[in-house]
Amino acid sequence: MTPTSEDRDAVTTRAGGTGGRSGDAGRRVVVLAGGLSHERDVSLRSGRRVAEALRETGAEVEVRDVDADLLRVLREDRPDCVVPLLHGESGEDGAVREVLELVDVPYVGSRPSACRAAFDKPVAISVVARAGIAVPRSVTLPHETFRELGAAAVMEAIVSSVGLPLIVKPARGGSALGCTAVREESALPGAMVGAFAYGPTALVQRLVEGTEVAVPVVDTGDGPRALPVVSIEPDGGVYDYTARYTAGSTRFEVPAKLPDDLATECARVAVLAHESLGLRHLSRSDLIVDPDGTVWFLEVNVAPGLTETSTVPLSVGAAGLDLGELVADLVHVAVSDPSGATTRATPAIPQTNP
Amino acid sequence: MPEHLPRLRAPGAATGGVAGSGPAGTGSTRLDSYVDRYAARTRGMTASEIRALFSVASRPEVVSLAGGMPNISGLPLDVVGDAIDDLVRHRGTVAMQYGSGQGDPRLREQICDVMRLEGIEAHPDDVVVTVGSQQAVDLVTRIFCDPGDVVVCEAPSYVGALGVFKAYQCDVVHVEMDRHGLVPQALREALAHVQAAGRRIKFVYTIPNYHNPAGVTLSTERRAEILEICREADVLVLEDNPYGLLGFDEEPYRALRADEPDGVIYLGSFSKTFAPGFRVGWALAPHAVREKLVLAQESATLCPPSFSQLAVSAYLDKHDWLGQIKQFREMYRERRDAMVNALDDMMPAAARWNVPTGGFYVWLTLPPGLDAKAMLPRAVTSRVAFVPGTAFFADGFGSQSMRLSYCYPTPERIREGVRRLVGVIEEELEVRHTFGTALPTPGVPGRYDGPTTDLT
Repeated sequence: MTPTSEDRDAVTTRAGGTGGRSGDAGRRVVVLAGGLSHERDVSLRSGRRVAEALRETGAEVEVRDVDADLLRVLREDRPDCVVPLLHGESGEDGAVREVLELVDVPYVGSRPSACRAAFDKPVAISVVARAGIAVPRSVTLPHETFRELGAAAVMEAIVSSVGLPLIVKPARGGSALGCTAVREESALPGAMVGAFAYGPTALVQRLVEGTEVAVPVVDTGDGPRALPVVSIEPDGGVYDYTARYTAGSTRFEVPAKLPDDLATECARVAVLAHESLGLRHLSRSDLIVDPDGTVWFLEVNVAPGLTETSTVPLSVGAAGLDLGELVADLVHVAVSDPSGATTRATPAIPQTNP
Repeated sequence: MPEHLPRLRAPGAATGGVAGSGPAGTGSTRLDSYVDRYAARTRGMTASEIRALFSVASRPEVVSLAGGMPNISGLPLDVVGDAIDDLVRHRGTVAMQYGSGQGDPRLREQICDVMRLEGIEAHPDDVVVTVGSQQAVDLVTRIFCDPGDVVVCEAPSYVGALGVFKAYQCDVVHVEMDRHGLVPQALREALAHVQAAGRRIKFVYTIPNYHNPAGVTLSTERRAEILEICREADVLVLEDNPYGLLGFDEEPYRALRADEPDGVIYLGSFSKTFAPGFRVGWALAPHAVREKLVLAQESATLCPPSFSQLAVSAYLDKHDWLGQIKQFREMYRERRDAMVNALDDMMPAAARWNVPTGGFYVWLTLPPGLDAKAMLPRAVTSRVAFVPGTAFFADGFGSQSMRLSYCYPTPERIREGVRRLVGVIEEELEVRHTFGTALPTPGVPGRYDGPTTDLT
């Protein structure tokens, strides 16, 4: 579906001059998608969608995987900007962005140090907690701790401290891969094994029951602002991989059916998380609103999914924006200020790793 | 597929509402407005974590022991190229035209020549050409199976066939195999058990030679017995034989169909003996069944692709295709040896596997307490891939096993892949040891998390 020129004008007017900036058409953009992480498939889907949307804005777009040829191509045929849509390890932990800085190519999204903090869920939780955001009680432990101290004793201590129900996640990673909700103590060992299959460290977190919401935050040059809150109701009750990437298996409400004050609170929390971690351009915070009206922070994504079934594009649409125009705006910002106007240059990383 | 949320909506409508009444772009959505309209058989067609992990396996850094792609790099591309050039120049208007629903007559004669190598004496009139033998499985199931009908399969069975049986809402009953293939007594009991329950068995689906995924071959002694059991129970046999000419050390086995023309539908394929890209396979069926298959083929595709059929036919005419198969066999034997030697050298003692005498696959059973599917993310991290055993069962079994394929990677890469796999198993054993090995490993019945065909 191609927007009419009338529609484009409407957006330009509403968004105060963003979208379809003059002089940006024909800009050469490399969308990085794929990679070697467990979320390669999701990344390829995001890449396809964003590339198509960007092309409609007039940009010249090439979708590339991350491989041994990438640096040579970036050096020899330097694009105006890179849009990294790599999910999971190396995509979201800042490594690839660090390399983009080495070769001095502007890119959309947070800078490496902020990525490192945001991608590591336990670190991100400590940072946002220090900023005053509610975070579920949690504990982070590597596999070695269970092996050395005895798994049974450690798990018993976890259950008595964190309480049931709880959720076990790999400390790093996305798309709910390796995540298991545990409602009975007997299910905890299996959940731990499931998380350790994805990485050496697991985050065990109190499971907060409530409305699951996603809140994108964008900054197209005027400071970070939240886009409409999306609520998520998976058919099976669990927003797992299948529920995330099978169209039709999850009901989304956008804007979420929340009282105005709670929607505002979700937006505030998401922007605060974005700022306290020193993120740039685009992020998505995953939050839970409990029945008492407390907004809990779960995690933040520096390369949020932009697939056909992802929440960010839904929110972008509900805000009256066009995904391609928005990404084009972010490209414009990245090119205009490549050193990266973040709200805070460095995230407030705690001295001790929790 | 239509888009459900317009990209743009009128300015000024910043908040909204419920499905159907809110401004464009807002409201309730499932991102698929047809979600309540799909047929019941579509229910299992969902995104899967396992399939997503296979996506990484296509990267060159990963040693994929997961795919089933034949290695066709040894094909004489100049010969094939000349044949196709000649085909277009001299028979182009035939090759690019619709053809008969049953398939090209000359190719059907050549198919009979191919089948003769396995003892089958057949008439070209009884051959129906299909889009790979995969489509033959589909057509046979289409003409025989109503929802709820029972199909008896080996345990494990070919993931692609299980997918077809699921799509037609059949109930799959698995029957045990051992190193000599399908176990006759187990088959006898399963057929009796199902029939005693008043259920209809439409056919026994079997891959007698170099089984996918189990790697085993039905022994000569058992072949007559299996046929006798099915004859007594009045159950049709669907014999799927894509690998029959790819035995390493022996003459081709005599096909089941060779000794039972009326009770067996035989499926063959050029995908492994020539090249899968042409998508040419076939079914050989008793004449009444063949009539139905032709009608089913016409409704499915009008006709199998003429171009592919004539290209395959020209290859068979102009090239020493048997010599080519011999080369393929040597190449696959070398790879089989590389895999089995690597497994012998490196695998923990508690793991078990078979030594296939042909085909593409080794079936490996892990040390007790390990779950192959749960191990796959760790394997991807270590840059090696396999197919978890549960993909080959309709009932969630097979979690302790995996299929390893040696058809595509080079011998050196196969060894490296096994080395990585052993590392993964050792790490997983350590984690399992920490948390206790008696963990419940629930299978998801009816989910076929197999790799896609383009996986290397």
